[in-house]
Amino acid sequence: MFESPTIAEFVTQSNLASTLPGTLLVAWTLLLVLVDLFAGDEREHWTPLGACLGLGVSFVANLFVYAPAADQQTALYGMFIADAFTGFLNIVILVATLLAVLMSRDYLMRAGIHRGEYYILTLLSSAGAMFMVAANDLIVVFVALELLSIPLYILAAFRSIKNDGGELALKSEESGMKYFILGAFSSAFLVFGAALVYGASGTTNIPQILEVAPAVVDAASSATFYLVVGTALLIVGLGFKVAVVPFHMWTPDVYEGAPTPVTALMSVTAKIGGFAALLRILVTALSVLLLVDGGVAAWQTTISIIAALTLVLGNFVAISQRNLKRMLAYSSIAHAGYIMVALAAAGTAGSADSATQGALVYILAYMFTNLGAFAVVMTIERVDGGGGNIDDITGLARSRPLLAMAMTIFMLSLTGIPLTAGFVGKFMVFAAAVQAGLVGLAVIGVLTSVVSAFYYMRVVVNMYLRDSSGELLPALETVYVRWAINIALAGTLIFGIFYPLASNLVSMVSIA
Amino acid sequence: MNAIGTEPYIILSMVLFLMGALGVLIRRNAILLFMSVELMLNSANLALVAFAREWGQVDGHVFVFFVMTVAAAEVAIGLALIVNIFRERQSINIDDLQQMRG
Repeated sequence: MFESPTIAEFVTQSNLASTLPGTLLVAWTLLLVLVDLFAGDEREHWTPLGACLGLGVSFVANLFVYAPAADQQTALYGMFIADAFTGFLNIVILVATLLAVLMSRDYLMRAGIHRGEYYILTLLSSAGAMFMVAANDLIVVFVALELLSIPLYILAAFRSIKNDGGELALKSEESGMKYFILGAFSSAFLVFGAALVYGASGTTNIPQILEVAPAVVDAASSATFYLVVGTALLIVGLGFKVAVVPFHMWTPDVYEGAPTPVTALMSVTAKIGGFAALLRILVTALSVLLLVDGGVAAWQTTISIIAALTLVLGNFVAISQRNLKRMLAYSSIAHAGYIMVALAAAGTAGSADSATQGALVYILAYMFTNLGAFAVVMTIERVDGGGGNIDDITGLARSRPLLAMAMTIFMLSLTGIPLTAGFVGKFMVFAAAVQAGLVGLAVIGVLTSVVSAFYYMRVVVNMYLRDSSGELLPALETVYVRWAINIALAGTLIFGIFYPLASNLVSMVSIA
Repeated sequence: MNAIGTEPYIILSMVLFLMGALGVLIRRNAILLFMSVELMLNSANLALVAFAREWGQVDGHVFVFFVMTVAAAEVAIGLALIVNIFRERQSINIDDLQQMRG
């Protein structure tokens, strides 16, 4: 199949230039290992700085590769795709990682962990997410998913290194262990699903699966069975990664136990990677799977049911949570549900593009808002990991008025109030759902948003209206986490107030 | 040459996969949990190799190599986590891991 190519053929076919944002980040990270080695006691300054610079280099490379006029191109013999979808999500991932690195700088200092490998693992995980959004082949989806997940398993258990015997050390280990077991379990589903899809179609390349899928479906042989079961297993495997009901059980424990910056990072990048793969596999490769009359993909019903369950369970269980990180964990489950609504809408022929664009804007808004909320939680958390309960923020408006204001805006954005980014995302997702004929799902989405206002507003009420016992919260944060909050706040407000901005950014995106 | 078709291999791999999945759900010892996950991954490898033979391609074999490599990396991380937890509590029963509930 592969005759030895000439150099010229190799250069055009591998098209390494378009993989630069991801590959440069990996190369930079490997160099950073050396920098960390020689930095000695200064590593707590140099390694995070180097990490930020690496993210900047990758960002610039991304701007060059994905210039607005650039056409969609493939690389590495069609295994890698560079289109507007990839470029946009790369930027979201890079900004999320930058915010997480800024938060981590303070967190590690406060926890007394001066370890450079923390940043290296963070960058590797983000590189995995960047490869995952560019994956055009089931093999790449799998390998990128593992590059995304394996560093996160270690990071989730990271706090245990320094603490000996304390309660927190065990929590972090417990979190890492649970994440690891469920992650490996879900990977196995993904691989088996990919194997069956490969068996049915004879290829692992996503566009080629699209070409052969109709014939496989018409044949109604064992290959059809493999394709259907394989698709179901792929949905299960990726469903675990993005934490949708009924594959969400691990999320609250893992999010609560992991170090807060890691929780913030995994609640964003892991979901982006999972949803990108779901969109590419379901919309690009399997949009023709069992088309029934009216041009609706057969998986649409399944995805709609998952979305509805996720919305209802995530939002209602969040109400009873007292721990802020646990509340945000259930809230992140609920937000995965809203993105699932967009995914379901993409199953209707003709609305794939608008639904994908809605999902991307939602992800952008969720990234800024969620990272900001976690950064605020980090500032009020005590060094031993306590102090993150909903009662602990009582009276924050009096002791730290600006912080309380930032938290209020994040909560409003998570609810989806106009003039915040969260509203723009929700609006585009629900509009896409209605356009795709999923009115019932859009109604469930709006109603559960109202429910979500209850627990988000309780945070605001606690900060402003309830009187604290008189003792002011100590100012724990330093300059870096304040920068993270500022950037997240700016993103939330800019994309909320200038609402056409986000939809213009994604107007080029089309993956069908 | 192809005395046995592809289907028996796939049925065997599905049985192995289910055994692994049940193992993860039923077993409480962390090491046995990992063995069950490995069984699931290797059942997928069996399916991939069988399909690669049916299609006469190398793609399936390539996928198998990636799965094996990644599985090795995963086990390294998993065992490190287990050792860490065992040092703290002298137990690798995952039912003991329930500081967080709710």
